[in-house]
Amino acid sequence: MKDFIIPDRDFGTPAAKSKTMVTLSIDGFDVTVPEGTSIMRAAAEIGITVPKLCATDSLDAFGSCRLCLVEIEGRNGTPASCTTPVAPGIKVTTQNAKLKQLRRGVMELYISDHPLDCLTCAANGDCELQDMAGAVGLRDVRYEAVETHFRAKDTSGEANPQWLPKDDSNPYFSYDPSKCIVCNRCVRACEEVQGTFALTIEGRGFDSRVKAGMKDDTFLSSDCVSCGACVQACPTATLTEKSVIDIGTPDRGVVTTCAYCGVGCQFKAEMRGDELVRMVPYKHGKANRGHSCVKGRFAYGYATHKDRILNPMIRDSINDPWKEVSWAEAMEFAATRMKGIQEKYGRQSVGVITSSRCTNEEAYLVQKLTRAVFMNNNTDTCARVCHSPTGYGLGQTFGTSAGTQDFDSVEHCDVALVIGANPTSGHPVFASRLKKRLRQGAKLIVVDPRRTEMVEGAHYKAAHHLALKPGTNVAIVTALAHVIVTEKLYNEEFIRTRCDWDEFQDYMEFVADPRHSPEAIELLTGVPAAEVRGAARLYATGGNAAIYYGLGVTEHSQGSTTVIGIANLAMLTGNIGRPGVGVNPLRGQNNVQGSCDMGSFPHELPGYRHVKNDDVRAIYEQAWGVKIDNEPGLRIPNMLDAAVEGTFKGLYCQGEDILQSDPDTKHVAAGLAAMECVIVHDLFLNETANYAHVFFPGSTFLEKDGTFTNAERRINRVRKVMAPKQGYADWEVTQMFANAMGADWTYTHPSQIMDEIAMTTPSFAGVTYEKLETMGSVQWPCNEKAPEGTPMMHIDGFVRGKGKFIRTEYVATDEKTGPRFPLLLTTGRILSQYNVGAQTRRTENVVWHAEDVLEIHPHDAEVRGIREGDFVRLASRSGETTLRATITDKVSPGVVYTTFHHPATQANVVTTDFSDWATNCPEYKVTAVQVMPSNGPSEWQETYDAQASLSRRIAAAE
Amino acid sequence: MSPDHRPHDKIITMANQIARFMESKPHAEGVAGLAAHINDFWEPRMRRHLFELLDKGGEGLRPLVMDAAASIRRPAAA
Repeated sequence: MKDFIIPDRDFGTPAAKSKTMVTLSIDGFDVTVPEGTSIMRAAAEIGITVPKLCATDSLDAFGSCRLCLVEIEGRNGTPASCTTPVAPGIKVTTQNAKLKQLRRGVMELYISDHPLDCLTCAANGDCELQDMAGAVGLRDVRYEAVETHFRAKDTSGEANPQWLPKDDSNPYFSYDPSKCIVCNRCVRACEEVQGTFALTIEGRGFDSRVKAGMKDDTFLSSDCVSCGACVQACPTATLTEKSVIDIGTPDRGVVTTCAYCGVGCQFKAEMRGDELVRMVPYKHGKANRGHSCVKGRFAYGYATHKDRILNPMIRDSINDPWKEVSWAEAMEFAATRMKGIQEKYGRQSVGVITSSRCTNEEAYLVQKLTRAVFMNNNTDTCARVCHSPTGYGLGQTFGTSAGTQDFDSVEHCDVALVIGANPTSGHPVFASRLKKRLRQGAKLIVVDPRRTEMVEGAHYKAAHHLALKPGTNVAIVTALAHVIVTEKLYNEEFIRTRCDWDEFQDYMEFVADPRHSPEAIELLTGVPAAEVRGAARLYATGGNAAIYYGLGVTEHSQGSTTVIGIANLAMLTGNIGRPGVGVNPLRGQNNVQGSCDMGSFPHELPGYRHVKNDDVRAIYEQAWGVKIDNEPGLRIPNMLDAAVEGTFKGLYCQGEDILQSDPDTKHVAAGLAAMECVIVHDLFLNETANYAHVFFPGSTFLEKDGTFTNAERRINRVRKVMAPKQGYADWEVTQMFANAMGADWTYTHPSQIMDEIAMTTPSFAGVTYEKLETMGSVQWPCNEKAPEGTPMMHIDGFVRGKGKFIRTEYVATDEKTGPRFPLLLTTGRILSQYNVGAQTRRTENVVWHAEDVLEIHPHDAEVRGIREGDFVRLASRSGETTLRATITDKVSPGVVYTTFHHPATQANVVTTDFSDWATNCPEYKVTAVQVMPSNGPSEWQETYDAQASLSRRIAAAE
Repeated sequence: MSPDHRPHDKIITMANQIARFMESKPHAEGVAGLAAHINDFWEPRMRRHLFELLDKGGEGLRPLVMDAAASIRRPAAA
């Protein structure tokens, strides 16, 4: 009965990667394994489990517990099987009288200093120490423990100096030193897996203790980032999830995919009944390989937060309180209004916004709703405000809108060029994998206005940090190309075979112009020319060079141009089409890639096919039995503009909070207020809902089936582990609404929606739920040519044929500093919070980030009389807000920085309506501002608060 | 200071932004690129606003936008 949690098999040590195979004999059985495999792992491969405590297959062998001893014929002694590699022809014995006695002796010592409170221990049934005591047949302990670590007081009642109290400072897990066996697994996990080095062993011998941070630190005050790797590695109850302490051990696990960032980690949702006990990173998840961050691992409490709305609600005017109604009544109300609007204002007067937080199937249905039921192309998605320039830029140069590699590729990378991304905060699990590679010696170049955590950390430091002025990405990227071209560091053979040579000639002529040289742009960008030259040389000649970029690239007036420039760099140097290289956009939300793939953009049908193409429309016209509009529809900013003009009147917005997340809040509010029917479909009464007439309560990722597609184009399954608390999965809600509008949809499971996607979209043709079930996940394109998917793109040729070099002229943004607004504001995010914070603010993650603060350089603070923690007014030509300041030299003089995780801060009141020239992706990363001391909230914040609380009223049931 | 009441200002800004990118190409290619971009991504309402400007002489628009005008698809009447 004991092992009712079926653990993933632990092979004890990591798999060896050698291609040379070695055959040996273990307990009389022959086994053939790659050279470099440990004897422990080789034994495990044939089902022989050697007892162990300090070994686990996520960590390098350590050889400290002495439990895994074996005998090898012809060799002396009893070596540890975890640290001893296999050798050809050796004969290993894992169990005999001598080994049994040795192991029992070791266990006896361990147990003599361990509290035997197993029945009431949180790890009861899930404890490797308990298992090993059983495995070695420990029957009694001869030693009388005089000095222990687990008794608070000794027998005479004196306090025991060796006893340490529990550290409960972390909101999600507890550290109980009395149960620690000092196996080092937590310390090694923090180093090897996470790369934070927050834990150490202090003292030696009997005094050895696991310690977080420095002498007076707790787990919370230390550098610990609460990724949970140590908790995962701990074989005892020393590091335990508080949820397990509260609830008990889980009885089943369901593999599903995290709903936070674009890394797309897989987790086992471990359940007892329909209660979620814990989320454990899934070892076979191909994006995360068993690792996790604080969000995915722990921050799921929002799913049961009291703020969650569980009943549909309607109201005539946004000044009325909400009225809770039945689903049927809500559908009827919403459909009547939308039909009325279309009758009065025309077919084009309504539209939809699909969500990058919802599944592929849900996004597909929402765009189908507008195309097949509303009969227009007015669909957009939150990717508009994050990675739309990636779609444009990579589409133009390579021929498809997607990252070129999988995350495993980073293991082969020699030079990582990170531009406008802070993966340690935004994509933490990828950052851990990158840092691991950096510790192995790969070189790092960071292009970022701030000295982010990515620039320097435990055992890594960027060879070059190009701390450019916000808004000068194109100048820097073009200067890098200038150096590569003028110093002849380009890969001519690659360019001749893979790219259009004439276009390259034209591009070469363009970049070679001295006005693009690092020296010429130094004043503009603020980056010393020598640094730019050094970075270019390293990128071009340092081996496998991979570019990873984020929203610091895309969210600019020239976002698309920078993406093109990045693609140019990769083509110039031939860093495309093999492991360790490529162009890798780090996507913001979990399903940004998927929502884009699913035809959420107003100009293209699923699979990035333009609505102008008759053959593509014909596919859907036949499948859906409707006529599809051949004109592009409205993008989000266009919808808001059109609303203000009076031609756009109705919106169905699924799982996005445009009022908080989109720029120029006042303009968004004016647009929403001008609409006659706003339907918000969300978990919470978000900020946009303040302007809504209909609220459809949403379901969490735990409550539905579907798929998410991560930044590496990987289609991962999302699995329902509990029933939707408000009755329906989101795809069912969209279907009910479509049918209320007159459609006749009859999907009974998301797999049928995926079948329709596969039937109509060439790059998804081979995707089925059965395939995802057997393969775990698959990367598109997945079709006849690549039945098992495509981990790496553009191997022998680009999707568009020849790679296309495009000129990237730098154009300064119109957002310029001046006497009134002398500073540049740039925005970003932090580890513990996610996007607008709707989910993470409703978890214990607020202990790490309770409010947004403004980072300002000491010089800029001093001249303004601003001290640490002061309230400051942050004003731009769009609006103003107030927040607290923190003084730091992470930002350069002239630059200030904040996050937008909290609605009270209203950072987007300040951001402007400038946007990317090609895609209208807003320029979040550059706003000219002034900062000055303040006494409290701005007038807008106060009016907004009042409106919000008025708008959130729900009428008492009669 | 949202230009809510001045949709044409926004259209001018956006068209000129595209022009600034396309100007780095050879002229013919830039003209074709600009027109294709607007045809592909601008919904009819925006193109209507653009033609309202062009029909009045296109004040404030960069020359490349004017040159591309003939290749931009005029939307059907609203």
